[in-house]
Amino acid sequence: MRSLIDVKKAVTNKVQTNTDKSVVNGQKNVGLGGVGRSKKHESADKQVAGEAIYVDDRPSLRGELHAAVGQSTMAHANIISMDLSAVKAATGVISVITVEDVPGHTDIGPVFPGDPVLAIGKVEFIGQPIFAVAATSFDLARKAVKLAKIEYQELEAVLTVKDALAKQNFVRPPFTMKRGDSDSAITAADHQLSGEILVGGQEHMYLEGQVSTAEPTEDGGMNIFTSSQHPSEVQKLVAEVLDIPLNKVLVDMRRMGGGFGGKETQAAPWACIAALLANVTKRPVKFKLARMDDMVMTGKRHPFENNYTVGFDKDGQIKGINIEVNGNCGYSPDLSDAIVDRAMFHSDNAYYLDQATVTGNRCKLNTVSHTAYRGFGGPQGMMTIEMVMDDIARHLGKDPLDIRKVNLYGTDDRNETHYHQKVEHNNLSEVIESLEESSDYQARRKAITEFNATSPILKKGIALTPVKFGISFTVQHLNQAGALVHVYTDGTIHLSHGGSEMGQGLNTKVAQIVAEEFQVDVDTVACSSARTDKVPNSSPTAASSGTDLNGKAAEAAAKAIKQRLIDFACEKYQVEAEQVQFENNNVIVGEQTFSFAEFSQIAYMGRVSLSSTGFYKTPKIHFDRATGKGRPFFYYATGAAVSEVIIDTLTGEYKTLRTDILQDVGHSINPAIDIGQIEGAFVQGMGWLTTEELVWNEQGRLLSNNPATYKIPAINDAPKDFRVALVPDAPNREHTIYNSKAVGEPPFMLGMAVWSALKDAIASVNDYKTNPKLDTPATPERVLFAVEAIKAVTAK
Amino acid sequence: MVANTIKFLLNNELVKIENLDPNTTVLQYLREERFKSGTKEGCASGDCGACTVVLAELDPKKTGQLIYKSINSCITFVGNLHGKQLITVEDLKEGAQLHHAQQTIVDNHGSQCGFCTPGFVMSSFALHKQNNTPNRAEVLEALAGNLCRCTGYRSIIEAAITSSESAAEDSFAKHYQATVTALTALKKLSAPALTGNSHNYIAPKNIDELATELTNEPKSTLVAGGTDLALSVTQNLATIDKLVYVGNVAELTTIEETETEIIIGSALPYSEFIDTLHHYYPDLGEMIERIGSKQVRNTGTLGGNVGNASPIGDMPPALIALGATMTLHVQGQERTILVEDYFVDYKKTVLKPSEFIKSIQIPKPTAGQTLKLYKISKRIDDDISAVLAAFFIEQEVDGNGQKITNVRLAFGGMAAIPKRAPATEAILLGNSLTKALVAQAKEALTTDFQPMSDVRASDKYRMTVAQNLIEKCYLELQSANAREVIETRVVNYA
Repeated sequence: MRSLIDVKKAVTNKVQTNTDKSVVNGQKNVGLGGVGRSKKHESADKQVAGEAIYVDDRPSLRGELHAAVGQSTMAHANIISMDLSAVKAATGVISVITVEDVPGHTDIGPVFPGDPVLAIGKVEFIGQPIFAVAATSFDLARKAVKLAKIEYQELEAVLTVKDALAKQNFVRPPFTMKRGDSDSAITAADHQLSGEILVGGQEHMYLEGQVSTAEPTEDGGMNIFTSSQHPSEVQKLVAEVLDIPLNKVLVDMRRMGGGFGGKETQAAPWACIAALLANVTKRPVKFKLARMDDMVMTGKRHPFENNYTVGFDKDGQIKGINIEVNGNCGYSPDLSDAIVDRAMFHSDNAYYLDQATVTGNRCKLNTVSHTAYRGFGGPQGMMTIEMVMDDIARHLGKDPLDIRKVNLYGTDDRNETHYHQKVEHNNLSEVIESLEESSDYQARRKAITEFNATSPILKKGIALTPVKFGISFTVQHLNQAGALVHVYTDGTIHLSHGGSEMGQGLNTKVAQIVAEEFQVDVDTVACSSARTDKVPNSSPTAASSGTDLNGKAAEAAAKAIKQRLIDFACEKYQVEAEQVQFENNNVIVGEQTFSFAEFSQIAYMGRVSLSSTGFYKTPKIHFDRATGKGRPFFYYATGAAVSEVIIDTLTGEYKTLRTDILQDVGHSINPAIDIGQIEGAFVQGMGWLTTEELVWNEQGRLLSNNPATYKIPAINDAPKDFRVALVPDAPNREHTIYNSKAVGEPPFMLGMAVWSALKDAIASVNDYKTNPKLDTPATPERVLFAVEAIKAVTAK
Repeated sequence: MVANTIKFLLNNELVKIENLDPNTTVLQYLREERFKSGTKEGCASGDCGACTVVLAELDPKKTGQLIYKSINSCITFVGNLHGKQLITVEDLKEGAQLHHAQQTIVDNHGSQCGFCTPGFVMSSFALHKQNNTPNRAEVLEALAGNLCRCTGYRSIIEAAITSSESAAEDSFAKHYQATVTALTALKKLSAPALTGNSHNYIAPKNIDELATELTNEPKSTLVAGGTDLALSVTQNLATIDKLVYVGNVAELTTIEETETEIIIGSALPYSEFIDTLHHYYPDLGEMIERIGSKQVRNTGTLGGNVGNASPIGDMPPALIALGATMTLHVQGQERTILVEDYFVDYKKTVLKPSEFIKSIQIPKPTAGQTLKLYKISKRIDDDISAVLAAFFIEQEVDGNGQKITNVRLAFGGMAAIPKRAPATEAILLGNSLTKALVAQAKEALTTDFQPMSDVRASDKYRMTVAQNLIEKCYLELQSANAREVIETRVVNYA
């Protein structure tokens, strides 16, 4: 019997974490440094004062123009003719370009071709950019593009996943992962079930929309200021469309007003168009997408349509399963190959599937090209198996929690995934049992059943769902990072790294890591914008990897400088290395104590290089797509949530009443930031599964194209009672930076607890005898119809 | 002769605007004319709150007092600033010292990407100016129009709940008297006006000026709160040639009570009549708290909500169910009609050229009357209704128990206009409410309405939920007389 996690020892969102002096996990920091402390976000003071500068806040450059694009009004059509004379003649218009005016590459597909920067003879979704305008103001540019006269020859559009599957219309070939003989295992099992689920997509709704400014340079190059998670890719694509070398393009990315995956590949088109217009006009061009244009023209989380057939024993333990995940990729590959892969990798979530066949299809539809979004397909993959858990439980008349427990990966056996990676250091059993206890699950389950028995209209539900999420880019080469650290002669430190700050606190954490290395106050470290001339060839800040990769790279850079300082001290003061200590903003050399500033000056005078790059690549990972076998993930991040909801069986309205979360972040580098990531991810995940509904009409036009019609959680939607705890004393057993664990994406999927709890409440209508089918997002409409379906069964 | 200027305080500086297109929003003015980029554009449609600024204005009820209101600068025209103090995020800080509304967010780790943060700061600032020790419910009400995509809100809620004495001593408190004096002086000026790009704006000060203006220029566009109108400019890229702002018209911005009625001026913002209506009709007060956001309720008006005749406005069904009337005015001529008779067809009304809505009269409740209101939307806060149901039922006790003697069932979202349900009413009228009667009423509703499907809901959902709301109303009425109360509203679990 494993021992439970002592949640009382945990850092939680109830214990004040706002002090820089907090002692975390009983680990007292010697000296200063920063790791393990709840340092405030490096930009917090500026953000609250309106002083933090986002791209659109930058002072206008002399002669700056504003861009807009003319958009396709057809989902699939050939362009017969284009009359742009009225556009050219419109007030304020300086330049109008089409794909003919692109000097270099016309395709800006990030991995595979398929994304024309401006339409090439045909359009493949409503909203596709066809031509671009530079005008003297934002509004004049937007008004001008509406004046184009474009004639189309309509082509047949594929607008549903079912249609795409029937036509085998794919952006990339199907792929299967297989372990054992699932068909035989299903047939041989005591019970069989099958089902299907529609999993909705999700608009990123970063509060800062897409924006880039391009400024021509004196040598035919371009400086780009962008809100992008992937500055190096912006650099590459801008260079390619302009047909100039990479060293003539500089990309600067100080901060994003939110990214969530939506600015991984899909920030680049607007930077490229701004650069093309800047190149033609020889003037700076800003391209900011108006909110509605942003929602129409940029991709979203992939909607999926998944199905399964499972065989299980009398205890509900899975013996074999076939899962098919069908991603709606939109019109082009973008990142869909890897996204559907990740849906497949996470089709097990936390459970041992035994004999399993998982197939993934990448359906091509005539909609905007769907893209990265927090979880990167993982959430959509997990939904199927969480549905299976609920389905098995209702079939056997058991609490879904019991079924989830009985199917968890084992530690010594039952521990191999369907892609043949061994699940190591698995603590989910302890996490779940600890959370079950700390959240008072069993007593509340009883109280809810009693409430439901006496409440004819309102019904409550509860669910506990776990998450196991694989950490690493599944594309191996992306698992690398660089950093650049300078120590100046006054002892202040400049830090650059390849990651980009989108609010997640990456700059804060990496600065803490550098401060920790030198044992100086974290305020001594200034983190600059991500710039392609400082740290080249960077990977996107994605896959929850920001701190893992860039923290290690920055640590390496700091260590290199520190070693030089130690070597210098040994030589100059004739001491052994052990006699040189960094402590409390000081460098102690034998008997002498220098302030870090003093010692930096001394080292400079001694001609020591006080600048270093650092580099890191993730060890151990590999995956062979040909065999579907390997170890794509360095480690797994784990966590679990319990949510309690109340529904109205007459209207389908609902509220999340309470949520308890226990998340394993390893040894936290910054508990307050980690808790912020967990809370925000959970609410975003809950929004994805509840009120956030993407609606396209029969012509393929997005109707939910603004925040009046697309509803992300507002303040009242956050659980009234919201308890978050970090698993205490749980350093990552893999050698990650300070043994921390990634936190950006994993808690997003904890939102599944709300969806499962809604189903629990609906099931209560027929005394838990019937399993409700609840596609997502579970809008009040879907909840009401699920209730009515259960009532109809009861009536029979 | 009207002066062609707009005067207001930008923070503590007196500002005069001349020659600016009156289609300019306050957000555009701040960012593009004043180079103040602290106020952010999230959506330019009043849905996210990132652009929230605060207006301080003289309290009409208390001489020498200011009211602080959060508003969405992205959907407020610059002319509306006249005579007010515009407070922006940059000016809260004094020297290096963050304002309480800012420091608490830092202390609670309430900013991540930071883009929504200035808006939250300003909403919290306005709240604390009016109420230095807000409770959780008051915080949620004040911040429900500010979207955050990063934090999950818990940290922001805790920041805003933190009360502090220091908020009462900020620079705006220090300049309080000077601000009152300056705004009082501005109030005495003649009607402000603004011309730019051949577009005009005027803000008459009394009903005669307004009536004359509209008679002379019948094609003028009335601006009340402008929370819907401004979208035509920011979203559809329209320009309005002649804007007439009614928010300064004295006779249109009052609330009065008689023995039998509450009379609300058409240009009075929601936030100034919500308490009165809540007192007489609790359901109505609670429903209004879910109309738009605090920012929208601080500027949006009853006249605007009724006047633009949207099929999904929340007030018209409530007013129709209550039997409310409205007084229309044209050049000194007034007529009073039932709100119900105002709507003709989709966005078409009986309003004649040059005519405007002066006031709305809501009858006070009498014994035996009940108003039940249900707002059904995807999200509880700041969302447009899929269905708004307003049930006014009057019952009398006779020998056989309670009998319905008067009934008005009105719906929004179910037809091209807000509309009553005559067939369903006919089933109910004169009868006792029973389960069987409710079943008949639900059936009758299908002859009253053939709702449509759109982005908010399907036709089937609209009909099902509308029918179910009749059942819910019945259960609530039963429950009101029963020993054991049946709980029927999830919003009570907020």
